[in-house]
Amino acid sequence: MLIKIPKKSELSENQVTQESVYLQRRQLLKGMGFIGAGTLLSSALSSKAHGGVFDLFKEKEKPVFTRKDLSYSGQAGAENFPEKLTPEGKVISHNNFYEFGAQKHQPAELAQGFKVNPWQLKISGEVDKPITLDYDQLFSTFSLEERIYRLRCVEAWSMVIPWVGFPLAKLLKMAQPNSRAKYVAFETLHDPEQMPGQSSRRLGGGIAYPYVEGLRIDEAMNPLTLMSVGLYGKTLPPQNGAPIRLVVPWKYGFKSIKSIVGIKLLEKEPPTTWNLLAPHEYGFYANVNPGVAHPRWSQASERRITTGGLLARNRIETLMFNGYGEEVADLYKGMDLRKFY
Amino acid sequence: MVSKVKAGTAFDSPFKLRLNKVLTTKVFWLKVLIHLGALLPLVNLYYLALSDQLTADPVEAVIHFTGIGALNLFLLTLLVSPLSKYSRQAFLMKTRRLLGLYTFAYALLHLLNFLFFEVQFDLALFVGEIVKRPYMTVGMAAFVILLLLALTSFDKVKRRMGKSWQKLHNYSYLAVVLAGVHFYWSVKSEIIEPGVYLALILALLFLRRDKFRRWFKGKR
Repeated sequence: MLIKIPKKSELSENQVTQESVYLQRRQLLKGMGFIGAGTLLSSALSSKAHGGVFDLFKEKEKPVFTRKDLSYSGQAGAENFPEKLTPEGKVISHNNFYEFGAQKHQPAELAQGFKVNPWQLKISGEVDKPITLDYDQLFSTFSLEERIYRLRCVEAWSMVIPWVGFPLAKLLKMAQPNSRAKYVAFETLHDPEQMPGQSSRRLGGGIAYPYVEGLRIDEAMNPLTLMSVGLYGKTLPPQNGAPIRLVVPWKYGFKSIKSIVGIKLLEKEPPTTWNLLAPHEYGFYANVNPGVAHPRWSQASERRITTGGLLARNRIETLMFNGYGEEVADLYKGMDLRKFY
Repeated sequence: MVSKVKAGTAFDSPFKLRLNKVLTTKVFWLKVLIHLGALLPLVNLYYLALSDQLTADPVEAVIHFTGIGALNLFLLTLLVSPLSKYSRQAFLMKTRRLLGLYTFAYALLHLLNFLFFEVQFDLALFVGEIVKRPYMTVGMAAFVILLLLALTSFDKVKRRMGKSWQKLHNYSYLAVVLAGVHFYWSVKSEIIEPGVYLALILALLFLRRDKFRRWFKGKR
Protein backbone atom coordinates (compact mmCIF):
# COMPACT_ATOMS: atom_id res chain seq x y z
CA MET A 1 0.00 0.00 0.00
CA LEU A 2 1.25 3.43 -0.85
CA ILE A 3 1.22 5.83 2.02
CA LYS A 4 1.59 9.39 0.91
CA ILE A 5 2.61 11.89 3.52
CA PRO A 6 1.40 15.25 2.34
CA LYS A 7 3.79 18.14 2.42
CA LYS A 8 2.70 21.33 4.08
CA SER A 9 2.46 23.05 0.73
CA GLU A 10 -0.28 20.59 -0.12
CA LEU A 11 -2.42 21.68 2.80
CA SER A 12 -4.29 24.04 0.61
CA GLU A 13 -5.60 21.16 -1.47
CA ASN A 14 -8.79 21.12 0.55
CA GLN A 15 -9.54 24.47 -1.07
CA VAL A 16 -8.80 23.05 -4.43
CA THR A 17 -11.62 22.28 -6.78
CA GLN A 18 -11.57 19.19 -8.94
CA GLU A 19 -10.67 19.79 -12.57
CA SER A 20 -13.88 18.14 -13.74
CA VAL A 21 -16.01 20.36 -11.52
CA TYR A 22 -14.35 23.41 -12.96
CA LEU A 23 -14.99 22.28 -16.48
CA GLN A 24 -18.67 21.77 -15.61
CA ARG A 25 -18.81 25.27 -14.25
CA ARG A 26 -17.47 26.48 -17.54
CA GLN A 27 -20.46 24.91 -19.21
CA LEU A 28 -22.76 26.75 -16.80
CA LEU A 29 -21.17 30.05 -17.60
CA LYS A 30 -21.11 29.34 -21.28
CA GLY A 31 -24.82 28.61 -21.26
CA MET A 32 -25.35 31.85 -19.44
CA GLY A 33 -23.17 33.75 -21.86
CA PHE A 34 -25.47 32.63 -24.62
CA ILE A 35 -28.47 33.81 -22.65
CA GLY A 36 -26.77 37.17 -22.44
CA ALA A 37 -25.73 37.37 -26.06
CA GLY A 38 -28.47 35.27 -27.58
CA THR A 39 -31.48 36.91 -26.01
CA LEU A 40 -30.16 40.42 -25.86
CA LEU A 41 -28.59 40.68 -29.24
CA SER A 42 -30.64 40.65 -32.41
CA SER A 43 -32.08 37.46 -33.83
CA ALA A 44 -29.13 37.23 -36.20
CA LEU A 45 -27.25 35.61 -33.37
CA SER A 46 -29.91 33.07 -32.50
CA SER A 47 -28.29 30.44 -34.71
CA LYS A 48 -25.16 30.90 -32.64
CA ALA A 49 -27.22 30.30 -29.51
CA HIS A 50 -28.47 26.99 -30.87
CA GLY A 51 -24.92 26.07 -31.77
CA GLY A 52 -24.04 26.75 -28.16
CA VAL A 53 -26.59 24.27 -26.91
CA PHE A 54 -25.12 21.56 -29.13
CA ASP A 55 -21.59 22.46 -28.08
CA LEU A 56 -22.66 21.81 -24.53
CA PHE A 57 -23.35 18.17 -25.28
CA LYS A 58 -20.41 17.78 -27.59
CA GLU A 59 -17.87 19.06 -25.11
CA LYS A 60 -18.78 16.56 -22.44
CA GLU A 61 -17.27 13.82 -24.58
CA LYS A 62 -13.99 15.67 -25.12
CA PRO A 63 -10.95 14.07 -23.51
CA VAL A 64 -9.33 15.74 -20.52
CA PHE A 65 -5.55 16.04 -20.75
CA THR A 66 -3.89 13.56 -18.40
CA ARG A 67 -1.35 14.99 -15.98
CA LYS A 68 1.23 12.76 -14.36
CA ASP A 69 2.59 12.93 -10.82
CA LEU A 70 6.12 14.30 -10.55
CA SER A 71 8.81 13.53 -8.02
CA TYR A 72 10.61 16.59 -6.79
CA SER A 73 12.21 18.10 -3.74
CA GLY A 74 10.50 20.83 -1.78
CA GLN A 75 11.77 24.36 -1.93
CA ALA A 76 13.67 25.31 1.19
CA GLY A 77 11.21 27.22 3.34
CA ALA A 78 8.34 26.62 0.95
CA GLU A 79 6.10 25.47 3.77
CA ASN A 80 6.57 28.86 5.37
CA PHE A 81 5.41 30.76 2.33
CA PRO A 82 3.27 33.39 4.00
CA GLU A 83 0.66 33.93 1.32
CA LYS A 84 -2.34 31.82 0.48
CA LEU A 85 -1.96 29.73 -2.64
CA THR A 86 -4.32 30.19 -5.56
CA PRO A 87 -6.42 27.01 -5.74
CA GLU A 88 -5.27 24.58 -8.41
CA GLY A 89 -8.68 24.70 -10.12
CA LYS A 90 -8.25 28.43 -10.67
CA VAL A 91 -4.62 28.20 -11.77
CA ILE A 92 -5.60 25.78 -14.53
CA SER A 93 -8.81 27.49 -15.67
CA HIS A 94 -7.77 31.15 -15.90
CA ASN A 95 -5.07 31.43 -18.52
CA ASN A 96 -3.74 33.95 -20.99
CA PHE A 97 -2.52 31.61 -23.70
CA TYR A 98 -3.80 33.13 -26.93
CA GLU A 99 -2.68 30.10 -28.96
CA PHE A 100 -5.77 28.44 -27.48
CA GLY A 101 -8.09 31.47 -27.48
CA ALA A 102 -7.79 35.02 -26.21
CA GLN A 103 -10.45 34.68 -23.53
CA LYS A 104 -9.15 33.38 -20.24
CA HIS A 105 -11.48 30.41 -20.03
CA GLN A 106 -10.74 29.25 -23.56
CA PRO A 107 -7.32 27.59 -23.16
CA ALA A 108 -8.67 25.20 -20.52
CA GLU A 109 -11.39 24.19 -22.99
CA LEU A 110 -9.53 24.23 -26.28
CA ALA A 111 -6.17 22.78 -25.24
CA GLN A 112 -7.25 19.46 -23.76
CA GLY A 113 -6.31 17.47 -26.88
CA PHE A 114 -2.85 19.07 -27.16
CA LYS A 115 -0.06 16.54 -27.81
CA VAL A 116 3.09 17.17 -25.78
CA ASN A 117 4.83 13.86 -26.42
CA PRO A 118 6.90 13.72 -28.62
CA TRP A 119 8.44 17.12 -27.92
CA GLN A 120 11.75 18.75 -28.78
CA LEU A 121 13.36 21.65 -26.99
CA LYS A 122 16.43 23.00 -28.80
CA ILE A 123 19.06 25.20 -27.21
CA SER A 124 21.18 26.82 -29.90
CA GLY A 125 22.84 30.03 -31.00
CA GLU A 126 25.89 31.40 -29.22
CA VAL A 127 26.67 28.19 -27.36
CA ASP A 128 29.54 25.72 -27.54
CA LYS A 129 27.31 22.69 -27.09
CA PRO A 130 23.88 22.95 -28.68
CA ILE A 131 21.39 20.67 -26.92
CA THR A 132 18.14 19.06 -27.89
CA LEU A 133 15.96 17.63 -25.12
CA ASP A 134 13.14 15.23 -25.92
CA TYR A 135 9.97 14.89 -23.86
CA ASP A 136 11.35 12.45 -21.25
CA GLN A 137 14.59 14.41 -20.91
CA LEU A 138 12.63 17.52 -19.90
CA PHE A 139 11.79 15.71 -16.67
CA SER A 140 14.91 13.59 -16.17
CA THR A 141 17.92 15.77 -17.06
CA PHE A 142 17.82 17.95 -13.94
CA SER A 143 16.52 17.28 -10.47
CA LEU A 144 13.12 18.87 -10.06
CA GLU A 145 12.21 21.20 -7.25
CA GLU A 146 9.08 22.96 -6.11
CA ARG A 147 9.03 26.78 -6.09
CA ILE A 148 6.11 28.78 -4.80
CA TYR A 149 6.06 32.06 -6.70
CA ARG A 150 3.78 35.04 -7.03
CA LEU A 151 2.61 35.52 -10.62
CA ARG A 152 1.68 39.10 -11.46
CA CYS A 153 -0.21 39.59 -14.70
CA VAL A 154 0.22 42.90 -16.54
CA GLU A 155 -3.59 43.15 -16.33
CA ALA A 156 -3.26 43.80 -12.57
CA TRP A 157 -4.35 40.46 -11.16
CA SER A 158 -2.07 37.93 -9.50
CA MET A 159 -1.84 34.36 -8.28
CA VAL A 160 0.42 32.32 -6.01
CA ILE A 161 1.45 29.09 -7.71
CA PRO A 162 3.54 26.10 -6.61
CA TRP A 163 5.59 25.37 -9.73
CA VAL A 164 7.78 22.33 -10.26
CA GLY A 165 10.86 22.71 -12.41
CA PHE A 166 14.58 23.47 -12.58
CA PRO A 167 16.59 26.69 -12.84
CA LEU A 168 17.11 27.90 -16.40
CA ALA A 169 20.74 28.55 -15.44
CA LYS A 170 21.39 24.79 -15.19
CA LEU A 171 20.13 24.25 -18.73
CA LEU A 172 22.08 27.18 -20.15
CA LYS A 173 25.30 26.15 -18.42
CA MET A 174 24.93 22.70 -19.92
CA ALA A 175 24.90 24.29 -23.38
CA GLN A 176 27.94 26.42 -22.49
CA PRO A 177 27.15 29.93 -23.74
CA ASN A 178 30.11 31.64 -25.42
CA SER A 179 31.32 35.20 -24.82
CA ARG A 180 28.96 36.66 -27.44
CA ALA A 181 25.88 35.35 -25.63
CA LYS A 182 24.26 38.50 -24.19
CA TYR A 183 20.57 37.66 -24.57
CA VAL A 184 18.33 34.61 -24.52
CA ALA A 185 15.42 34.30 -26.96
CA PHE A 186 12.53 31.88 -26.43
CA GLU A 187 10.00 30.58 -28.88
CA THR A 188 6.64 28.82 -28.43
CA LEU A 189 5.60 25.91 -30.62
CA HIS A 190 4.06 27.00 -33.93
CA ASP A 191 1.47 24.40 -34.88
CA PRO A 192 -1.73 25.99 -36.22
CA GLU A 193 -3.39 22.58 -36.51
CA GLN A 194 -3.10 22.00 -32.79
CA MET A 195 -3.26 25.61 -31.67
CA PRO A 196 -6.50 27.09 -33.00
CA GLY A 197 -5.49 30.63 -32.04
CA GLN A 198 -2.63 30.46 -34.53
CA SER A 199 -4.95 29.63 -37.41
CA SER A 200 -7.89 31.87 -36.47
CA ARG A 201 -7.40 35.57 -36.03
CA ARG A 202 -10.61 35.76 -34.03
CA LEU A 203 -9.46 33.14 -31.52
CA GLY A 204 -5.82 34.19 -31.52
CA GLY A 205 -6.48 37.78 -30.51
CA GLY A 206 -4.46 39.37 -33.30
CA ILE A 207 -0.94 38.83 -32.00
CA ALA A 208 1.87 37.53 -34.24
CA TYR A 209 2.82 33.86 -34.02
CA PRO A 210 4.93 32.10 -32.99
CA TYR A 211 5.01 33.84 -29.62
CA VAL A 212 8.53 34.96 -28.80
CA GLU A 213 10.10 36.28 -25.60
CA GLY A 214 13.53 37.20 -24.36
CA LEU A 215 15.73 37.89 -21.35
CA ARG A 216 19.11 39.41 -20.79
CA ILE A 217 21.63 36.64 -20.05
CA ASP A 218 22.11 37.77 -16.44
CA GLU A 219 18.34 37.69 -15.93
CA ALA A 220 18.22 34.23 -17.44
CA MET A 221 21.03 33.05 -15.16
CA ASN A 222 19.40 34.40 -12.01
CA PRO A 223 18.60 31.53 -9.65
CA LEU A 224 14.93 32.61 -9.49
CA THR A 225 14.41 32.08 -13.22
CA LEU A 226 12.71 28.74 -13.55
CA MET A 227 11.96 26.31 -16.34
CA SER A 228 8.71 24.81 -15.13
CA VAL A 229 7.45 21.37 -16.12
CA GLY A 230 4.71 21.10 -13.53
CA LEU A 231 2.46 22.73 -10.97
CA TYR A 232 0.74 21.46 -7.86
CA GLY A 233 2.94 18.33 -7.98
CA LYS A 234 1.84 17.19 -11.42
CA THR A 235 2.97 17.84 -14.99
CA LEU A 236 1.69 21.09 -16.51
CA PRO A 237 -1.70 21.04 -18.17
CA PRO A 238 -1.54 22.37 -21.73
CA GLN A 239 -3.35 25.59 -20.84
CA ASN A 240 -0.48 26.46 -18.48
CA GLY A 241 2.20 25.81 -21.09
CA ALA A 242 2.87 22.07 -21.18
CA PRO A 243 5.26 20.43 -21.42
CA ILE A 244 7.75 23.16 -20.47
CA ARG A 245 7.51 26.88 -19.85
CA LEU A 246 9.47 29.76 -18.41
CA VAL A 247 8.64 31.37 -15.06
CA VAL A 248 10.23 34.75 -14.29
CA PRO A 249 8.50 35.77 -11.08
CA TRP A 250 9.66 39.41 -10.91
CA LYS A 251 8.34 40.23 -14.39
CA TYR A 252 4.81 40.53 -15.72
CA GLY A 253 3.31 37.20 -16.68
CA PHE A 254 3.58 37.66 -20.43
CA LYS A 255 7.37 37.27 -20.14
CA SER A 256 6.87 33.71 -18.84
CA ILE A 257 6.49 32.11 -22.27
CA LYS A 258 4.69 28.77 -22.57
CA SER A 259 5.18 25.49 -24.49
CA ILE A 260 8.75 26.32 -25.48
CA VAL A 261 10.44 24.60 -28.44
CA GLY A 262 13.43 26.88 -28.94
CA ILE A 263 15.93 28.72 -26.78
CA LYS A 264 18.55 30.71 -28.62
CA LEU A 265 21.49 32.58 -27.17
CA LEU A 266 22.07 35.86 -28.98
CA GLU A 267 24.39 38.84 -29.07
CA LYS A 268 21.54 41.32 -29.61
CA GLU A 269 18.25 41.93 -27.85
CA PRO A 270 15.63 39.68 -29.45
CA PRO A 271 12.15 40.88 -30.50
CA THR A 272 9.34 40.04 -28.07
CA THR A 273 5.69 39.51 -29.01
CA TRP A 274 3.83 42.10 -26.94
CA ASN A 275 6.53 44.69 -27.46
CA LEU A 276 6.17 44.25 -31.22
CA LEU A 277 2.40 44.72 -30.96
CA ALA A 278 2.31 47.76 -28.68
CA PRO A 279 5.80 49.06 -27.84
CA HIS A 280 4.46 52.01 -25.80
CA GLU A 281 2.53 49.61 -23.53
CA TYR A 282 4.84 46.61 -23.18
CA GLY A 283 8.61 46.95 -22.88
CA PHE A 284 11.35 44.36 -23.25
CA TYR A 285 12.05 44.33 -19.52
CA ALA A 286 8.47 44.29 -18.20
CA ASN A 287 9.62 44.20 -14.60
CA VAL A 288 6.76 44.41 -12.11
CA ASN A 289 6.86 48.04 -11.06
CA PRO A 290 4.06 49.73 -9.08
CA GLY A 291 5.53 53.13 -9.95
CA VAL A 292 5.18 52.79 -13.71
CA ALA A 293 1.57 52.60 -14.89
CA HIS A 294 0.45 50.80 -17.98
CA PRO A 295 -0.81 53.65 -20.20
CA ARG A 296 -4.37 52.38 -19.69
CA TRP A 297 -4.37 51.32 -16.05
CA SER A 298 -2.52 51.74 -12.79
CA GLN A 299 -0.01 49.07 -11.74
CA ALA A 300 0.15 50.32 -8.15
CA SER A 301 -2.10 47.57 -6.83
CA GLU A 302 -3.47 44.24 -7.93
CA ARG A 303 -6.21 41.74 -7.21
CA ARG A 304 -4.92 38.48 -5.76
CA ILE A 305 -6.96 35.57 -7.02
CA THR A 306 -7.57 32.97 -4.33
CA THR A 307 -11.00 32.10 -2.96
CA GLY A 308 -14.04 33.90 -1.62
CA GLY A 309 -15.96 34.80 -4.75
CA LEU A 310 -17.14 38.23 -5.71
CA LEU A 311 -16.97 39.71 -2.21
CA ALA A 312 -13.37 38.70 -1.51
CA ARG A 313 -11.40 41.74 -0.39
CA ASN A 314 -8.34 40.83 -2.42
CA ARG A 315 -6.88 44.11 -3.64
CA ILE A 316 -3.29 44.42 -2.40
CA GLU A 317 -0.38 46.74 -3.03
CA THR A 318 1.88 45.67 -5.87
CA LEU A 319 5.47 45.22 -4.72
CA MET A 320 8.52 46.42 -6.65
CA PHE A 321 9.88 43.48 -8.65
CA ASN A 322 6.83 41.59 -7.40
CA GLY A 323 8.52 41.30 -4.00
CA TYR A 324 11.75 39.77 -5.36
CA GLY A 325 13.84 42.94 -5.18
CA GLU A 326 16.36 41.41 -2.81
CA GLU A 327 17.26 38.83 -5.44
CA VAL A 328 17.05 40.89 -8.62
CA ALA A 329 17.29 44.65 -7.96
CA ASP A 330 21.05 44.56 -8.58
CA LEU A 331 20.45 43.49 -12.16
CA TYR A 332 19.05 46.93 -12.92
CA LYS A 333 21.42 49.17 -11.00
CA GLY A 334 21.78 52.54 -12.68
CA MET A 335 18.99 51.88 -15.17
CA ASP A 336 16.07 54.26 -15.53
CA LEU A 337 13.18 51.82 -15.07
CA ARG A 338 10.69 54.41 -16.32
CA LYS A 339 12.48 54.31 -19.65
CA PHE A 340 13.25 50.59 -19.62
CA TYR A 341 9.76 49.48 -18.56
CA MET B 1 -52.96 45.38 -17.48
CA VAL B 2 -54.45 48.58 -16.14
CA SER B 3 -53.50 50.43 -19.29
CA LYS B 4 -55.43 47.84 -21.31
CA VAL B 5 -58.70 48.87 -19.69
CA LYS B 6 -57.93 52.55 -19.94
CA ALA B 7 -56.84 52.36 -23.57
CA GLY B 8 -59.90 50.30 -24.48
CA THR B 9 -62.31 53.01 -23.48
CA ALA B 10 -60.68 55.48 -25.84
CA PHE B 11 -61.81 53.52 -28.88
CA ASP B 12 -65.37 53.27 -30.07
CA SER B 13 -65.69 50.65 -32.83
CA PRO B 14 -65.61 47.00 -31.76
CA PHE B 15 -63.00 46.28 -34.44
CA LYS B 16 -60.65 48.90 -33.07
CA LEU B 17 -61.34 47.70 -29.58
CA ARG B 18 -60.34 44.17 -30.49
CA LEU B 19 -57.31 45.35 -32.41
CA ASN B 20 -56.22 47.47 -29.54
CA LYS B 21 -56.61 44.56 -27.18
CA VAL B 22 -54.36 42.37 -29.32
CA LEU B 23 -51.73 45.07 -29.65
CA THR B 24 -51.73 45.80 -25.96
CA THR B 25 -51.34 42.13 -25.23
CA LYS B 26 -48.43 41.90 -27.65
CA VAL B 27 -46.68 44.78 -25.93
CA PHE B 28 -47.43 43.25 -22.58
CA TRP B 29 -45.84 39.93 -23.44
CA LEU B 30 -42.94 41.57 -25.20
CA LYS B 31 -42.26 43.58 -22.06
CA VAL B 32 -42.47 40.45 -19.95
CA LEU B 33 -39.90 38.89 -22.25
CA ILE B 34 -37.62 41.93 -21.94
CA HIS B 35 -37.87 41.86 -18.13
CA LEU B 36 -37.03 38.17 -18.02
CA GLY B 37 -34.28 38.45 -20.63
CA ALA B 38 -32.62 41.27 -18.72
CA LEU B 39 -33.13 40.09 -15.14
CA LEU B 40 -32.65 36.32 -15.23
CA PRO B 41 -29.06 36.46 -16.52
CA LEU B 42 -28.26 38.91 -13.71
CA VAL B 43 -29.69 36.61 -11.03
CA ASN B 44 -27.67 33.74 -12.47
CA LEU B 45 -24.55 35.92 -12.78
CA TYR B 46 -24.50 37.23 -9.23
CA TYR B 47 -25.49 33.90 -7.72
CA LEU B 48 -22.53 32.18 -9.42
CA ALA B 49 -20.16 35.08 -8.70
CA LEU B 50 -21.03 35.33 -5.00
CA SER B 51 -20.61 31.59 -4.50
CA ASP B 52 -17.24 31.66 -6.35
CA GLN B 53 -18.47 29.46 -9.16
CA LEU B 54 -18.08 32.07 -11.90
CA THR B 55 -14.69 31.48 -13.53
CA ALA B 56 -11.48 31.82 -11.56
CA ASP B 57 -11.94 35.58 -11.46
CA PRO B 58 -15.59 36.46 -10.80
CA VAL B 59 -14.73 40.16 -10.69
CA GLU B 60 -13.55 40.26 -14.27
CA ALA B 61 -16.51 38.08 -15.28
CA VAL B 62 -19.20 40.36 -13.79
CA ILE B 63 -17.54 43.49 -15.17
CA HIS B 64 -17.36 42.05 -18.67
CA PHE B 65 -20.85 40.56 -18.58
CA THR B 66 -22.57 43.76 -17.47
CA GLY B 67 -20.49 45.87 -19.86
CA ILE B 68 -21.27 43.76 -22.91
CA GLY B 69 -24.85 43.39 -21.68
CA ALA B 70 -25.26 47.18 -21.51
CA LEU B 71 -23.94 47.50 -25.04
CA ASN B 72 -26.24 44.73 -26.33
CA LEU B 73 -29.23 46.42 -24.71
CA PHE B 74 -28.18 49.80 -26.04
CA LEU B 75 -28.06 48.45 -29.60
CA LEU B 76 -31.46 46.82 -29.11
CA THR B 77 -32.89 50.11 -27.85
CA LEU B 78 -31.60 51.92 -30.90
CA LEU B 79 -32.99 49.20 -33.14
CA VAL B 80 -36.53 49.75 -31.90
CA SER B 81 -37.47 52.85 -33.85
CA PRO B 82 -36.06 51.77 -37.27
CA LEU B 83 -37.55 48.32 -36.76
CA SER B 84 -40.98 49.66 -35.88
CA LYS B 85 -40.82 52.07 -38.83
CA TYR B 86 -39.77 49.54 -41.47
CA SER B 87 -42.00 46.75 -40.18
CA ARG B 88 -44.90 49.15 -39.60
CA GLN B 89 -45.39 47.73 -36.12
CA ALA B 90 -45.96 50.87 -34.08
CA PHE B 91 -46.47 48.95 -30.85
CA LEU B 92 -42.75 48.14 -30.78
CA MET B 93 -42.07 51.76 -29.82
CA LYS B 94 -43.72 51.07 -26.49
CA THR B 95 -40.77 48.86 -25.50
CA ARG B 96 -38.11 51.45 -26.18
CA ARG B 97 -38.11 53.19 -22.82
CA LEU B 98 -37.94 49.87 -20.99
CA LEU B 99 -34.97 48.72 -23.06
CA GLY B 100 -33.30 52.09 -22.55
CA LEU B 101 -33.75 51.86 -18.79
CA TYR B 102 -32.28 48.35 -18.74
CA THR B 103 -29.33 49.70 -20.75
CA PHE B 104 -28.83 52.24 -17.98
CA ALA B 105 -29.27 49.59 -15.27
CA TYR B 106 -26.61 47.36 -16.83
CA ALA B 107 -24.27 50.33 -17.30
CA LEU B 108 -24.80 51.27 -13.65
CA LEU B 109 -24.01 47.72 -12.53
CA HIS B 110 -20.94 47.75 -14.78
CA LEU B 111 -19.69 50.90 -13.05
CA LEU B 112 -20.60 49.68 -9.55
CA ASN B 113 -18.91 46.33 -10.20
CA PHE B 114 -15.76 48.27 -10.99
CA LEU B 115 -16.05 50.39 -7.84
CA PHE B 116 -17.14 47.63 -5.44
CA PHE B 117 -15.22 44.60 -6.66
CA GLU B 118 -12.34 45.78 -8.88
CA VAL B 119 -10.93 48.82 -7.02
CA GLN B 120 -12.80 47.78 -3.86
CA PHE B 121 -13.85 51.24 -2.68
CA ASP B 122 -10.41 52.78 -3.19
CA LEU B 123 -11.98 56.10 -4.18
CA ALA B 124 -8.67 57.76 -5.05
CA LEU B 125 -7.91 54.93 -7.45
CA PHE B 126 -11.49 54.98 -8.79
CA VAL B 127 -11.44 58.68 -9.58
CA GLY B 128 -7.79 58.58 -10.66
CA GLU B 129 -8.41 55.86 -13.22
CA ILE B 130 -11.48 57.58 -14.65
CA VAL B 131 -9.62 60.87 -14.99
CA LYS B 132 -6.24 59.54 -16.13
CA ARG B 133 -7.18 56.75 -18.52
CA PRO B 134 -8.86 58.02 -21.67
CA TYR B 135 -10.81 54.79 -22.31
CA MET B 136 -12.28 55.05 -18.82
CA THR B 137 -13.07 58.75 -19.28
CA VAL B 138 -14.91 57.92 -22.47
CA GLY B 139 -16.89 55.16 -20.73
CA MET B 140 -17.77 57.49 -17.89
CA ALA B 141 -18.97 60.15 -20.34
CA ALA B 142 -21.29 57.58 -21.92
CA PHE B 143 -22.57 56.67 -18.46
CA VAL B 144 -23.27 60.30 -17.52
CA ILE B 145 -25.36 60.69 -20.66
CA LEU B 146 -27.27 57.48 -19.87
CA LEU B 147 -27.85 58.76 -16.35
CA LEU B 148 -29.37 61.99 -17.65
CA LEU B 149 -31.55 60.09 -20.10
CA ALA B 150 -32.76 57.75 -17.35
CA LEU B 151 -33.53 60.63 -14.98
CA THR B 152 -35.61 62.38 -17.65
CA SER B 153 -37.40 59.24 -18.81
CA PHE B 154 -40.56 59.80 -16.75
CA ASP B 155 -43.68 61.05 -18.54
CA LYS B 156 -44.01 64.00 -16.18
CA VAL B 157 -40.47 65.17 -16.78
CA LYS B 158 -40.82 64.63 -20.49
CA ARG B 159 -43.94 66.80 -20.63
CA ARG B 160 -42.37 69.54 -18.58
CA MET B 161 -39.23 69.58 -20.73
CA GLY B 162 -41.10 70.13 -23.98
CA LYS B 163 -38.88 70.33 -27.04
CA SER B 164 -35.65 70.19 -25.10
CA TRP B 165 -36.46 66.58 -24.11
CA GLN B 166 -35.87 65.35 -27.66
CA LYS B 167 -32.72 67.44 -27.89
CA LEU B 168 -31.34 65.84 -24.76
CA HIS B 169 -32.31 62.35 -25.80
CA ASN B 170 -30.56 62.75 -29.14
CA TYR B 171 -27.36 62.52 -27.09
CA SER B 172 -28.00 58.77 -26.96
CA TYR B 173 -26.27 58.64 -30.37
CA LEU B 174 -23.17 60.20 -28.88
CA ALA B 175 -23.40 57.86 -25.88
CA VAL B 176 -23.53 54.69 -27.98
CA VAL B 177 -20.49 55.78 -29.98
CA LEU B 178 -18.61 56.54 -26.75
CA ALA B 179 -19.60 53.13 -25.36
CA GLY B 180 -18.34 51.40 -28.50
CA VAL B 181 -15.05 53.30 -28.36
CA HIS B 182 -14.73 52.48 -24.63
CA PHE B 183 -15.00 48.75 -25.45
CA TYR B 184 -12.61 48.94 -28.42
CA TRP B 185 -10.05 50.86 -26.38
CA SER B 186 -10.23 48.55 -23.37
CA VAL B 187 -8.93 45.37 -25.01
CA LYS B 188 -5.28 44.37 -25.30
CA SER B 189 -5.23 43.07 -28.84
CA GLU B 190 -8.45 41.16 -29.55
CA ILE B 191 -10.17 43.90 -31.54
CA ILE B 192 -12.51 41.81 -33.70
CA GLU B 193 -15.43 41.69 -31.26
CA PRO B 194 -15.34 45.42 -30.39
CA GLY B 195 -14.84 46.07 -34.10
CA VAL B 196 -18.08 44.24 -34.87
CA TYR B 197 -19.87 46.33 -32.25
CA LEU B 198 -18.53 49.55 -33.76
CA ALA B 199 -19.77 48.43 -37.17
CA LEU B 200 -23.23 47.67 -35.75
CA ILE B 201 -23.30 51.08 -34.07
CA LEU B 202 -22.42 52.80 -37.34
CA ALA B 203 -25.12 50.78 -39.10
CA LEU B 204 -27.73 51.92 -36.56
CA LEU B 205 -26.65 55.52 -37.01
CA PHE B 206 -26.73 55.10 -40.79
CA LEU B 207 -30.41 54.16 -40.53
CA ARG B 208 -30.92 57.64 -39.10
CA ARG B 209 -28.99 59.46 -41.80
CA ASP B 210 -32.02 61.54 -42.80
CA LYS B 211 -32.33 62.84 -39.28
CA PHE B 212 -28.67 63.83 -39.15
CA ARG B 213 -28.94 65.45 -42.58
CA ARG B 214 -31.84 67.57 -41.32
CA TRP B 215 -29.83 68.70 -38.30
CA PHE B 216 -26.96 69.63 -40.54
CA LYS B 217 -29.22 71.66 -42.82
CA GLY B 218 -31.01 73.25 -39.89
CA LYS B 219 -27.76 74.47 -38.42
CA ARG B 220 -26.70 76.05 -41.67
